[in-house]
Amino acid sequence: MKKIHLTIDNKAIEVAEGTTILEAAQKVGIHIPALCHMKMDDIHIENRPGGCRICSVEVKGKRNLSPACATKCLDGMEIKTNTIRVIHARRNILELIISDHPYECLTCAKSGQCELQTMAQDLGIREIHFEGEKSTYREDFSKAIIRDMDKCILCRRCITMCSDFQTVHALSAVERGFEAVVSPAFHMDLNESSCTFCGQCVAVCPTGALSEADYSKDVIQALANPEYTVIAQTAPAVRAALGESFGYPVGTSVTGQMVTALKNLGFDYVFDTDFAADMTIMEESAELLERLTRHLEGDKTVKLPILTSCCPAWVRFIEQNFPDMKEIPSTTRSPQQIFGAIAKSYFAEKIGVPREKLIVVSIMPCVAKKYECERDEFKVDGDPDVNFSITTRELARLIKISNIDFKQLEPSEFDQPLGESTGAGLIFGTTGGVIEAATRTAYELQTGKKLKKIDFESLRGMEAIRSATVDFNGLPIKIGIAHGLGHARKLLEEIQEGRCHYHAIEIMSCPGGCIGGGGQPFHHNKTSILLERQKAIYSEDKQMKIRKSHENASVMKVYEEFLGHPLSEKAEHLLHTSYFDRSSQITIDDSEM
Amino acid sequence: MKTIKLSSFAIETVEEACSDFQYREDELINILHRCQHKLGYLPAEVQEIIAQKLQMSVAKVYGVVSFYSFFSMIPQGKHPISICMGTACYVRGAEKLVDEFKRQLRIDVGETTQDGNFSLSCLRCVGACGLAPIVMVGDKVYGRVSAKQVKDIISEYQKSMV
Amino acid sequence: MIHTHILVCGGTGCRASQAKEVQEELVSLIRDKHLSQTVQVTTTGCFGFCEKGPIVKIIPDQTFYTQVTPEDARDIIEEHIIKGRKVERLLYEDPKTKKRISDSVHMNFYKKQLRIALRNCGIVDPENIDEYIARDGYQALGRVLSIYSPDEVIDIIKKSGLRGRGGAGFPTGKKWEITSQVEATQKYVVCNADEGDPGAFMDRSILEGDPHAVIEAMAICGYCIGANKGLIYIRAEYPLAIGRLLVAIEQARKYGLLGRGILGNDFEFDIELKYGAGAFVCGEETALINSMEGRRGEPVIKPPFPAEKGYFDCPTNVNNVETFANICPIVLKGAEWFSSIGTEKSKGTKVFALAGKINNVGLIEVPMGTTLREVIFDIGGGIKGGKKFKSVQTGGPSGGCLTESSLDMPIDYETLLEEGSMMGSGGMIVMDEDDCMVAISKFYLEFTLDESCGKCAPCRIGNKRLWEILNKMTKGEATEKDLEKLIDLSHTIKDTSLCGLGQTSPNPILSTFKNFKHEYLGHVRDKQCEAGQCKDLLHYTIDAKMCVGCTACLRNCPVGAISGEKKKPHLIHQDICIKCGICYEKCKFNAILHQS
Repeated sequence: MKKIHLTIDNKAIEVAEGTTILEAAQKVGIHIPALCHMKMDDIHIENRPGGCRICSVEVKGKRNLSPACATKCLDGMEIKTNTIRVIHARRNILELIISDHPYECLTCAKSGQCELQTMAQDLGIREIHFEGEKSTYREDFSKAIIRDMDKCILCRRCITMCSDFQTVHALSAVERGFEAVVSPAFHMDLNESSCTFCGQCVAVCPTGALSEADYSKDVIQALANPEYTVIAQTAPAVRAALGESFGYPVGTSVTGQMVTALKNLGFDYVFDTDFAADMTIMEESAELLERLTRHLEGDKTVKLPILTSCCPAWVRFIEQNFPDMKEIPSTTRSPQQIFGAIAKSYFAEKIGVPREKLIVVSIMPCVAKKYECERDEFKVDGDPDVNFSITTRELARLIKISNIDFKQLEPSEFDQPLGESTGAGLIFGTTGGVIEAATRTAYELQTGKKLKKIDFESLRGMEAIRSATVDFNGLPIKIGIAHGLGHARKLLEEIQEGRCHYHAIEIMSCPGGCIGGGGQPFHHNKTSILLERQKAIYSEDKQMKIRKSHENASVMKVYEEFLGHPLSEKAEHLLHTSYFDRSSQITIDDSEM
Repeated sequence: MKTIKLSSFAIETVEEACSDFQYREDELINILHRCQHKLGYLPAEVQEIIAQKLQMSVAKVYGVVSFYSFFSMIPQGKHPISICMGTACYVRGAEKLVDEFKRQLRIDVGETTQDGNFSLSCLRCVGACGLAPIVMVGDKVYGRVSAKQVKDIISEYQKSMV
Repeated sequence: MIHTHILVCGGTGCRASQAKEVQEELVSLIRDKHLSQTVQVTTTGCFGFCEKGPIVKIIPDQTFYTQVTPEDARDIIEEHIIKGRKVERLLYEDPKTKKRISDSVHMNFYKKQLRIALRNCGIVDPENIDEYIARDGYQALGRVLSIYSPDEVIDIIKKSGLRGRGGAGFPTGKKWEITSQVEATQKYVVCNADEGDPGAFMDRSILEGDPHAVIEAMAICGYCIGANKGLIYIRAEYPLAIGRLLVAIEQARKYGLLGRGILGNDFEFDIELKYGAGAFVCGEETALINSMEGRRGEPVIKPPFPAEKGYFDCPTNVNNVETFANICPIVLKGAEWFSSIGTEKSKGTKVFALAGKINNVGLIEVPMGTTLREVIFDIGGGIKGGKKFKSVQTGGPSGGCLTESSLDMPIDYETLLEEGSMMGSGGMIVMDEDDCMVAISKFYLEFTLDESCGKCAPCRIGNKRLWEILNKMTKGEATEKDLEKLIDLSHTIKDTSLCGLGQTSPNPILSTFKNFKHEYLGHVRDKQCEAGQCKDLLHYTIDAKMCVGCTACLRNCPVGAISGEKKKPHLIHQDICIKCGICYEKCKFNAILHQS
């Protein structure tokens, strides 16, 4: 590749053709501030509208300042990033942006994590010279995501995630000029839009314009109420990221301390969603094997591939975009909902607490889970199987509110019986994990043989769409994996067109799977953080004594005592669900118009 | 399932426009022009079906509709009044005309009177600068309009409605 | 055998003052008088002299009638056509000599003009391709296809010195060359007809008056750069131009001048229209391309330039209407001819839409290098109502306001820039002593504010803040500190905005501040508007000594704020007065005072 020579702040540098000034500067230790720009390496996410103009730099010979994020290096360029002209312009622009932003830092959900706030600090903004009218919009409260567009700086990262990465297209830039803002069509609420609540917009928003609906106060209230028995379930990806909120190096698993913290918070029982994940695997592998057997017997009505259904954003996506394919996903509920259903039936019975006195709180890396537990099919007489779903970030806040010094906590074990889990349940937290867990179980159940090697390296990684063939004792099982709904859409379209043939496919909405969920500590666009979290999950799996779902003794006990067997009538009732057509339909109405 | 209710005329109009432009997303603006021309404005439901027919998101369609000042989501008055605010008209007193129309009709620019008779908008240069300042009511052009004439122009249309 | 042609202007300006009714009346009278065999009525494009419209011209005797009403049609037919006697009262009266002038070539308005881009406007019937062909139409295309290679044509255009007439003045030949050199299977020629500058209507007049000139030039461009497809991006607000273009394209196809195998060569080229929908920013090429692809018309960062990656990522050459209108004459008459007109760096002519406080509003075309004084005072006939010249604004919302001291500068790209304005697309607005420069800046800023796409922060928020400061000034609420901020922020917006719209939006402020600093200071220090335009800074009173009690003010006051008896001094009631200024305009005795 052609090499380009240039100088940045008098430092000579050689870069490959196509490198931007921003990237080149990084290589020589010059950090050019940028607001709208977002680039996540390896997973091909890039937002580069060149709109914020904060990264403006001086290029010799050019009349105007150039945006470093979007200007490619050329041979012989002389670039200055810190002249008085640049600094002055940059501060003026930042002041302008702040002049159209509420001064609510003290009470903002994003305070301390806000990139605009940090930049104002870094650039030493002490006064706003350009006061004037501020944009004001109606706040949009959904069950999962809160939009406070007064705080939007129009970086459009959310649109990149929603449209380019997820192909959900719930959001667009609308209106123009000073009135321009990011919004669903007609300024409708997210609830009415095609939003899947995946929360990736929240994950990348530099300010507090997009945030999770916060249920931590409800949890505090429930914990304080002596009438209630409050139990927690924690998703696998939470333990791989929670430490980041307390100063642990990225990729530190803090399972034991997390359990202690939850106990200190006053939860009566601290259980593991991984337990429910193992049950998910029992049901899902049974489904897979049942469909497979029928398929092999020549049943043409059988729907293959089977698609995983753990991810609520993905479920909503298929309901909205591919209603004619809604019979394909596994009917097995997600681990969160299986846990809720078992907790409020089997466990409630066991401890003799009436269902309405049992409060189930889930700790999730996800904001869509808040939406999921609100779905009507997961309620019994209006009482939800899972009462509150809070994110990793909300848990971190709860811990801080309760004066718990997380770093000094001694680790402790999950409670029993719903706290027993396996490595299989644990790896649900990363892309490829669900299908690997299912494969571990399905293989042994189908072939009757013990796996020689439990790790399926071929199913792991960060590639957007992966596929592998697993040999089930002479029967080649073709497996597909996609993370990101855009990639899922691609796979679905290929299936629709008959261009690809899989037996089973795992789909997760978020980049990297749940470790990159919208409720996790902010990754500030660093893919490396996702990779570290992934590593943490796989290494914890390696250390687990039991690594296959069907070897989870507590799970087996629930089947023995309560459900019978996978896909039993009771299991169907409690652990399975069905999907709805959520597409929109045109009807003729000549009564008015 | 979400249902979008629309008159059969609107549905036919959209269908025809989309099919004439081969359901191409890049023809969106032409399709919107056609629909607005036939329907008078572009209500949300129309945008929803355009989005569906072109297999694009309604957010994107609305993003386009709300970007261009030519497109409107509210029905215009029976007699849409437009005042040219090109520079030539401005320096010849167009602003005073706007004030006077606002005063007489008791509406702001971009609004329609309660009885639906008049709507008020500003235009950018209709290119009849020789006649500045210009007022248009529907397709009729009034040149060299003075604030004093505003009342007469309005009553001309009020009369015709009786 | 037709021996007399009656040309009726069909431009938007004349149409707005009943030109169509005039034409219909003429046609019906001709029918009634059984003159159809010898007299023909033709609709033409704009004559340019919009101030005196509707224009009717009689050929062959070149009689130029002005301000013709439908009622005048009878006299034209009965007196002029039948009896051969010119209708004196419809002839143009020279404001100085008070003499009636029959032929337009003797009018000051036309004397200093040189019409290249407008060569056929007001002469041919835009809806009749034969008339265009009769005036050497499609000869340039024929010559290009039969004897020149694409490179040779590009060379001619380069040598002619033609520069883009849309604003920035990029050399047209160079632009064609760059696009021609990019390897691609599909390329496009785009004509930017999204004229959005408030107070400019050159492009529309060309398209309405001579659509084939643009079509032919686009085909030549297609041949040069290797494109078989042309697109005209035109404002939906120009229905007449759209209609005439569609007719012209259809006729050209029928004549084999568009389509496959043009003029027997294996060259293929066709043209399609794309409609704008009211967004000034779409004049910027990348925004225009986004809009043509059905998206929000937001600009994107250049490079890549459209020449490399344009419409549907294909190499695309974008020129504006007036630029294209110059191409055919250059091909036919040669680069030397064209480059002999104009100044060292600005060749040829420029069309201006002359408007504002000037006697002869209209569309004019003058050689580059003509002075502003010649344009305003000779062609434009000076300032309306005997008022004093104050400023001339060129370049629209991207340009600036020039003063008396710039009037003798030759008009060309560089000089206008040096003087603090720019060529822009060709709007030229003349202002007199009653125009406040702070208010005019606010007017332009309001335009920019309305038209900013909102993508980049400096333009989206910065222009809002500029407008707010100016608004405070016109209300007497601004301080000198605000003035400092205004100028400081203007520079930042220029320096950092994403596209040309934001990069030039503060120009009206910076140029008026440079040339009329005292007016800004007057607004912030003394809370005074010397032009008497900022109504919050004014109040109207009646000078009892001057007032004769004619009641003109009382009768014209829209809110009844004036009282008084006939022949006695009148009084303005301040609590009712809305400061509309009508009394000031109506008073013939200078008795109305407006004071800060």
